[in-house]
Amino acid sequence: MKNNQALAEFNILNIEKVTQRFGGVTALNELSFSVRQGQIASVIGPNGAGKTTLFNCITGLYRPDSGSMFFGDSQINLNRMQPYEIAACDISRTFQTIRLFKNMTALENVMVGAHSKLRSGMFGCLVQPRWTRVEEKRMEQRAHRLLNFFCLDGKANELAHNLAYGHQRKLEIARALASDPKLLLLDEPAAGMNPKEKEELLGYLTAIRDRGVTLVLIEHDMKVVMPISDHIVVLDYGKKIAEGKPKEIQCNKTVIEAYLGKPCE
Amino acid sequence: MKFQKFIPWLVIAAAFLFPFFDKNAYHIDVLVTAGIFILLALGLQVIVGYAGILNLGFAAFFAFGAYTYAIVNIHFHVPFWGGVAVSAIATAVFGMLLAFPALRLSGDYLAIVTLGAGEITRIVLNNLDQVTGGPNGLLGIDHPRLPMVNYDFSVHSQPYYFLILIFILAVIFFLRRLETSRLGRAWRALREDELAASAMGINLAWAKLTAFGIGGFIAGIAGCIFAAKQGTISPDSFDFTVSVMVLAMVVLGGIGSIYGAVLGALVLTILPECLRDFTSYRMLIFGVAMVVMMLFRPSGIWSSVRFRAQPLRANK
Repeated sequence: MKNNQALAEFNILNIEKVTQRFGGVTALNELSFSVRQGQIASVIGPNGAGKTTLFNCITGLYRPDSGSMFFGDSQINLNRMQPYEIAACDISRTFQTIRLFKNMTALENVMVGAHSKLRSGMFGCLVQPRWTRVEEKRMEQRAHRLLNFFCLDGKANELAHNLAYGHQRKLEIARALASDPKLLLLDEPAAGMNPKEKEELLGYLTAIRDRGVTLVLIEHDMKVVMPISDHIVVLDYGKKIAEGKPKEIQCNKTVIEAYLGKPCE
Repeated sequence: MKFQKFIPWLVIAAAFLFPFFDKNAYHIDVLVTAGIFILLALGLQVIVGYAGILNLGFAAFFAFGAYTYAIVNIHFHVPFWGGVAVSAIATAVFGMLLAFPALRLSGDYLAIVTLGAGEITRIVLNNLDQVTGGPNGLLGIDHPRLPMVNYDFSVHSQPYYFLILIFILAVIFFLRRLETSRLGRAWRALREDELAASAMGINLAWAKLTAFGIGGFIAGIAGCIFAAKQGTISPDSFDFTVSVMVLAMVVLGGIGSIYGAVLGALVLTILPECLRDFTSYRMLIFGVAMVVMMLFRPSGIWSSVRFRAQPLRANK
């Protein structure tokens, strides 16, 4: 228990004064915040606030113009790293619009997710010594267990684009979990889901957190954000306008203004 | 179910026995040409089918393999068996060098780069007289010979038929392994969605370089066999139409499918020969046949998707 508390004290992700510009638009403006190990943190904000840009910076798809991002126990600097190197550091993500590998089966999708955890290179793949086959078999079983966790095991051999929308969303999370990440970034996981599916999603997210994975999620639906978030960061026009516990955010004046506009005088 | 297991073996046995039943030298010669194109189509399948990189200059790979063997054979008297290894490795390296622009580009832009590379290679071969013999090409390339029994392959088609068959089977054996391996999955992920693939930890540069390398390796083998069989090569044999034909074989056969590439290459080499009776209408009928085929089977003769959906289930 003590150990748990010590872990919770520790910031797994530190964002420090990150700025990202696209031409004249400042998508992120000196943004700083931290995510604690083992928590569910949410990033919310109106459309175009820079939430997805933030994820793209963390995962190396964009290079921030200034600022730094540090991750993990040894606080690795993520700034100059390639996306695949960041993935190998145990950061995994999903996408706002589903980006599954459409013409690959559900099982193959999950196994691609485990790419950075597999060791066989070109010659390993060609010659296939025993250790490669053992590794592949083990990863296949693990992929089956993951699909099972998301109640998708019956769909293991279906092509991803033949799956129902809700299943595709879950498969994307399963794929992201395959690399056994320490930090999972979910970009609007509940988008397009019906209330029952959202309920189900909440269960999955808490279960993932209870396994020790830290989650950062972008979400518009407050019914999803409020009950599970330990910490919420609110962005507007690339700036952090508020930060705190769900309760604090709910009655924060600036947040309400950002969403609804200022009351008429 | 049991019977299905034997089908590949029956096909292989039939392929090996074919020359003993059909003694027609012309038929065997057509099949040898088809065999070289099968190797090329398999090589291109890795680049276009697996990794999803449109390569319009594959003839350059073929040419590089052929000229490498010709040069090391003529100047250094390297025999065929050593030449195959040298050609394959040199073409793999050549392919990887060509892949460097591919690391920065994708899609249509990349296709234009490969198109340019293919043309540049042909023009260089045409003009680098001292090394490549220019438009006259290189003459007097050694045919393969078996050292133990002192058997020369000479100009008959039959020995080449077996030689190519063995190489094709070896390439298929390794490609089948690659297909379901970590690298094969990485290639297909790259084809489906480059951005998602990189976020899943795939080093895109590595995936693209290995695809070009392995595709080049196979094309190098094909080029070496071609040069050894012909005994003489010139830049004419490696023009743009070769690139297009090999690409058509891959697309017609089925993108991403090993057996599709084999079938596509067989159909597109044998069909024009069957149409010889129609003389000047030959290419017209050939073209129409291709259009019709693509209309009715847009994903190719042997679609990879259909093929892949079944065997995995049997595992469980």
